[in-house]
Amino acid sequence: MRPLIRLDVSVIAEQGERRESGNAGGGGRYALARLLQREAWQKFADEAVRQALVNLEAVDAPAGFMTVVLGPGWPGVLLHEAIGHGLEGDFHRKGISAFSGRMGERIATEHCTVVDDGTLVDRRGSLSIDDEGTPGARNVLIENGRLTGLMQDKLNARAMGVAPTGNGRRESFAHLPMPRMTNTYMLPGEHPPEEIIASVDDGVYAANFNGGEVDITSGKFVFVASEAYRIKNGKLGPALKGVTLIGNGPDVLTRVAMVGKDLELDSGVGVCGKEGQGIPVGVGQPTLRIDGLTVGGTQ
Amino acid sequence: MSEVMNRSTDQGVLLLHDAERERVMLEDAAGQVLARARAGGADTAEVSVSSSHGRNVTVRLGEIDVLEDARDRGVSVTVYINRASGSASTGDLAPESLMRTVDQALAIARHTQPDPAGGLAPAELMATTIEDFDQWHPHELDMTALIERAREIEQAGLDTDKRVENSEGASVSAEAAIGVYANSHGFVGSQRSTHFDQSCVLVARDASGMQRDWDWDEQGSFTALVDPARTGRKAAERAIRRLGARSAPSGRIPVLFDNSVALGLVKHLVGAVSGGNLYRRSSFLLDARGKKLFPEWVRIVEDPHLPRAARSSSFDSEGVATRQSSLIDDGVLQRYVLGSYSARKLGLETTANAGGIRNLVFAPGEKTFDQLVAQMGRGLVVTEVMGQGVNLVTGDYSRGASGFWVEDGKIAWPVEEITIAGNLRDMFAGLVAAGSDLETRRNIQVPSLLLDEMTVAGQQE
Repeated sequence: MRPLIRLDVSVIAEQGERRESGNAGGGGRYALARLLQREAWQKFADEAVRQALVNLEAVDAPAGFMTVVLGPGWPGVLLHEAIGHGLEGDFHRKGISAFSGRMGERIATEHCTVVDDGTLVDRRGSLSIDDEGTPGARNVLIENGRLTGLMQDKLNARAMGVAPTGNGRRESFAHLPMPRMTNTYMLPGEHPPEEIIASVDDGVYAANFNGGEVDITSGKFVFVASEAYRIKNGKLGPALKGVTLIGNGPDVLTRVAMVGKDLELDSGVGVCGKEGQGIPVGVGQPTLRIDGLTVGGTQ
Repeated sequence: MSEVMNRSTDQGVLLLHDAERERVMLEDAAGQVLARARAGGADTAEVSVSSSHGRNVTVRLGEIDVLEDARDRGVSVTVYINRASGSASTGDLAPESLMRTVDQALAIARHTQPDPAGGLAPAELMATTIEDFDQWHPHELDMTALIERAREIEQAGLDTDKRVENSEGASVSAEAAIGVYANSHGFVGSQRSTHFDQSCVLVARDASGMQRDWDWDEQGSFTALVDPARTGRKAAERAIRRLGARSAPSGRIPVLFDNSVALGLVKHLVGAVSGGNLYRRSSFLLDARGKKLFPEWVRIVEDPHLPRAARSSSFDSEGVATRQSSLIDDGVLQRYVLGSYSARKLGLETTANAGGIRNLVFAPGEKTFDQLVAQMGRGLVVTEVMGQGVNLVTGDYSRGASGFWVEDGKIAWPVEEITIAGNLRDMFAGLVAAGSDLETRRNIQVPSLLLDEMTVAGQQE
């Protein structure tokens, strides 16, 4: 028995000719009754409305290479795309990951420790056992900036002469298992989030995201902000629309200059797609300052 | 493993032998479902039943990586009681399972609220003739034949250049599918098709790093597939030409979408004028019917009756007769893309698009791809886009991209790690030219498209 529930709220706000959307939701491996309580669903509805109203005021985003601060929680989709997929065992067996052959090397600043943890209680990506019978586990992928672990299913682990890690997952009985993530997140650092924003002269604060995508081999990843703001002289400015961020997986965590102490996990909405198979996953992170990502606005 | 396959008595794709018997069985199941729905108190009901048998082989570095043999059957039924609907589905076509599934749908309909827009499509719109569009091309293929073809594809790619040093594999697949749709108006329609494809993903490496790219072909007939060696070689050439890719300068420049990426633009148009997004008011093209969205030379026509096209059909997924019909004429949006539900929501008539667009053809231009590159002069060719940065509510478009920088009318160097941004409304209006290179293997057929200007963001000064 592996319960999984989810509630999504999607709203459209209109003002004059302008129309913007807002989305929120959550869920996990628990009973439906929890989401049917008013305080549970009301907060998603409020959040979706708030986001749509923020976007109604949003201005065109800048274009170019700049400092980016990522908010806590769901923006951890950065780790999932930029790092996580590149550390799945099948890509290493085949030698086609941008991280192939780099075990033990420094791939991030020393502030960064990233884990994939299937053992968290009630989380969307959690597994008591994976889809091949291996117990779910907490695997440290990056420890103080060094690459320390990969995620494996049975087949790839056997082919590479290592132990399976509890990451063998499949969409359904009609799909083949593959190495997949569970809940992937970065451990917290020392800085209060306000201090991180205050440290930026000119940049972008990306508070929340839609989804992302990565090319495993070149390491290039993209993710799209659903709520973002300009930062000028350490202060949040106007809301921005149409912020797409693009970066290079092996490079991005070497640009992490500050890690917040505000670790949050996402509310439980993630679906990861790989080779046509969709599975539930979780992500999380504290507020992060990244010194250099390409921001794809129009201005 | 291939040795084992050689010795086995492989029967090939079973549906090919039994297509007619299977169709009769599916129609019989559909009839049982409708009879039960009526007897159980449904005012109206509709059912679709499908059956497929497919095989897929992936070979990587000469070794078998994946062998799949998948048979699938499914029934899904929707019943309406006083305009309240209930749906249920099953993969088991045994009579008792069909009956249980109908009863579940009836139970759901008794618990849901009436929806004034719900129900079958109007009876007078049902297709009365069902044509054959030449979509059934039985071809016996045992696993060994598929494996050998995949090996041939991959080897040709690996032999192309010594920088092609790794592979994600070459795949070959074959599938046969039969589908039946029936409803309580008395409509019964069936369709069958075969489907073959081959693809190859190769990795090239030099001092600058690794790049991966692919090539593919997809046809209704096995003999229409291109030569296997050509697919392997093209995948290799495409991976090699990306080696040494770097970011590009930021700025507003002309952009040429190759025909694979240009397809996406037309899909965004279709999404924005589709009923579901219109009645939810989540489209930047609300009330755009009759408005000029593109330059005058743009013409986009839906032709549901194209011979040998996988999506061709005389009826849509509600049984409504399909016909050729313009989406864009002289740059003007002629109609929306509606099934009967969204049509009723909007107070309009269905456009026979329940289940989506069938075949859409963007009328090609005169110039070859290279001539478009020359016409652009200086700008960006986009061959791949990444990420979900398309907002159909606002039309805002901002995506990761890779491709080639163009200088003096020629491709100069490969580009990656950039974004391209604009608004779909401006991008549609800003089309400058369409190439002659229509991609006919997709159901939405689009040539390469030259756009006047987009904002590119990259890391170079």
